[in-house]
Amino acid sequence: MSDLAVAVPGHAGRHRPWLLLLAGTWRQGRTKIGLAIVLVLVGTALVGPFFAPYAPDEPVVVDEVFAFPFDPPSDAAKLGTDDIGRDVLSRFLWGGRSVLALSALATLLGVAIGLPVGLFAAYSRGLLDDVLMRGMDVILAFPQLVLALVAVATVGPQIWLLVLAVGITTAPRVARVVRGAAVEVVERDFVRAAESLGEPRRRILAGEILPNITSPLVVEATLRFTFSIAVIAALSFLGFGLQPPAADWGLMINENRQGLEVQPWGVVLPIAAIGLLTIGTSLVGDGLSRASIGIERGSGER
Amino acid sequence: MSSTDPLPTGGAVVEVESLRVEVIGQGVDIVDDVSFQVAEGEVLGLVGESGSGKTTVGLALLGHTRRGVRVTGGSIAIDGRDILRLSRSELQSMRGRLVSYVPQDPPASLNPALRIETQLEETLAAHGHGAGAEERRARIREMLGEVLLPDERGFLRRYPHQLSGGQQQRVALAMAFACRPRVIVLDEPTTGLDVTTQAHVLETVRELCRAHGVAALYITHDLAVVSALATRVAVMYAGRLVEAGPKRQLFHAAAHPYTRKLVHAIPDIAGRYELEGIPGRAPSPGQRPDGCFFAPRCEFAVDECRQSFPPVTRVSAGHEVRCFRSDDVLAESVRERMGAKAAQRAVRGEQTLLSVRRVTALYGDVPVVHEVSLDVWPRECLALVGESGSGKTTLSRCIGGLHRHFTGDVLLRGTPLPRGARERTRETRKEIQYIFQSPYSSLNPRKTIGQIVAQPLRLFFELSRREMQARVDAALERVALSPALADRYPDQLSGGERQRVAIARALAAEPSLLVCDEITSALDVSVQAAIVELLGELQREMGLGLLFVTHNLALIRSIAEEVAVMSEGRIVEFGAVAEVLEAPKADYTRKLLADTPTLDVVPA
Repeated sequence: MSDLAVAVPGHAGRHRPWLLLLAGTWRQGRTKIGLAIVLVLVGTALVGPFFAPYAPDEPVVVDEVFAFPFDPPSDAAKLGTDDIGRDVLSRFLWGGRSVLALSALATLLGVAIGLPVGLFAAYSRGLLDDVLMRGMDVILAFPQLVLALVAVATVGPQIWLLVLAVGITTAPRVARVVRGAAVEVVERDFVRAAESLGEPRRRILAGEILPNITSPLVVEATLRFTFSIAVIAALSFLGFGLQPPAADWGLMINENRQGLEVQPWGVVLPIAAIGLLTIGTSLVGDGLSRASIGIERGSGER
Repeated sequence: MSSTDPLPTGGAVVEVESLRVEVIGQGVDIVDDVSFQVAEGEVLGLVGESGSGKTTVGLALLGHTRRGVRVTGGSIAIDGRDILRLSRSELQSMRGRLVSYVPQDPPASLNPALRIETQLEETLAAHGHGAGAEERRARIREMLGEVLLPDERGFLRRYPHQLSGGQQQRVALAMAFACRPRVIVLDEPTTGLDVTTQAHVLETVRELCRAHGVAALYITHDLAVVSALATRVAVMYAGRLVEAGPKRQLFHAAAHPYTRKLVHAIPDIAGRYELEGIPGRAPSPGQRPDGCFFAPRCEFAVDECRQSFPPVTRVSAGHEVRCFRSDDVLAESVRERMGAKAAQRAVRGEQTLLSVRRVTALYGDVPVVHEVSLDVWPRECLALVGESGSGKTTLSRCIGGLHRHFTGDVLLRGTPLPRGARERTRETRKEIQYIFQSPYSSLNPRKTIGQIVAQPLRLFFELSRREMQARVDAALERVALSPALADRYPDQLSGGERQRVAIARALAAEPSLLVCDEITSALDVSVQAAIVELLGELQREMGLGLLFVTHNLALIRSIAEEVAVMSEGRIVEFGAVAEVLEAPKADYTRKLLADTPTLDVVPA
């Protein structure tokens, strides 16, 4: 008997939670800043290679002479050269794709595993719930980086392994959030109604429950993306990601750290990029999560 | 109860004058031009449907508005002090001491992490009552005695979740009366309770108000509840006070068509009158028509009603109304007598539609239904009545395939059914349709009405898109909803409309049995009447068998042929509705009948 429900006109659209979530997110200053940072860096990674003055994996040649390693910025190499005389700017412009693509893939994989596990656990309750969630807890017990390192150290540095390791360690975190949100939804009568009509299980999960947990899911996925970027970059830095001579921000930091004092650009540039990228995505994630709390508050209990 | 209404003893304690509450920044009023007075020792019943603004008025008496709204006009004087002019700290000290509030939902007002004793003591301490802990403890014992709760240590050391709904509400009452306020606002404090508990809580409220001479504002959508408690009644519609007067006058000779409709929507336990719903729905703030807000739903409406809002007119001493046609309304004769439903009973075949045989249902290891057997015949309605906790919902869930832990048999046309809905055949799932208590929970908020109603069609019939569309429209029209609603979402609909959607979903499956689990208990009385009317109609026209589960005995007269009364998991009485209501054999039925609120001031 909430009288207030009628007192706040113009709230049509609450039924499309993610639209409202995005609108609420956009209204916050932090989101705009975060999004601007992310867009600039993603743009750099995507179109950067077309503007790269040199090939990323070959030394700069000026007047048929190889450039020196750790050459400071000059007319030929605008941001100097790296440890074996390649153009830092070109490598930087090429090196974002791998970090972004790998962390996006890993996040997707994490959601692809965690979402169904969380939904199933919440819906089945009982034994299956325990088995699934305790299984997730086991994965959760290992720090993400350590597990990835063990995997890579055992099998060797493979790109797919990197994605797999980060994805699998992301999954339990997604599963937990999904389960937490879904448990509440499962108790609602419309789920009983669907059961009494004989709606198949997967349709109950996908059609009845999933649409009611999109907000926490989107928030969590964004947060996981931020973490994946950091982990992927760290693994690349340690040499478990892309292998030389490929251009990659994480790898660049490692290669150029000896020359930090003479030619800082090779290190500073990728560090700034990775740092800003995680700040940007986490600002967006923060905006999303604030907006999602706002939505929850606004709709009230009916 | 039916003795003469006591006259107010003192002067007006509460004086509300032209109160106006607006949505901030929109200039849209939620409540406007509301004036009333409550005298010492008087209980004023403030009655209206959901969204009529009655809670807004109640909260305003505490100097409080909900977020996004504020008082923009008028005055509220309590004991001669205009509380709208008080500072924040003055308001704070006033609340509890001068005015206190009992909310609708007791668990929401009690802190789940604190023991009852701590909470009561805090209330006293916050208002500087009792010098020491010992004195306060004595006071708490006194308070508990007043609301008929045990005052032993064991009880005081419990947490809110260890109490029943009725006990929680009593604790809330004790807290509200703790500091001997002059005014108390009760906001539907019995809505969530079953009839027996409700009757006891109402009795306590009445006693407390009389004993302490407080002025009480009792907010409710249920006129029957008010009839047991209030001395005067004020009726709100769409943010306006449309009629106010002594209780007897309002029930006997209401001068406003809306009040009449409200009276007619109350189920009459004696079965004298037909139950009537109020068609249409109240306009929301900002969408109210010109002229009288009730005109679009009013059969008395003339052109004048659509042009200006009627002024206050005096009908008799203390009885005021805002209606141009009040003379004609008053001239209208009393409501129609009810036709005998039992006489229309069809000749029974040999085969029952549904049989329940010796069903014992368990929750965990605890049996909540004991060896219950009952029959539903085709084209007939069986009412299953009992308090909350009597096992009636569990039993109906067993029938619907939603509760699997039971022994015994559920048979459809003589064929035993598997326990769970999933194990049953598609045909069985189609034939038995279950309608849930709360339409707020039974419709997926992320699906359109069209998608919701189409769900059984998708599962039970092979239909083209166009046929599906046509059937959805037909099902919506069947329950008196516009097919245009198909694109809307549940939260854009009122509670009554949502329950209609739930019924439409059940009907779309073309069932032969509807299991209705307390489907009106989450709804306003006026809406409840309309839903019961609709169900009766559907049953007659479509030849449905009905299992109608309810805690309200008064309701079953209008819909059921037979009734089974359930208590503590057993059927204690069974028979034709008229027999059971007029000559109950079981003590439990008699008690239930006595507790059911009905309009006892209507002359026989």
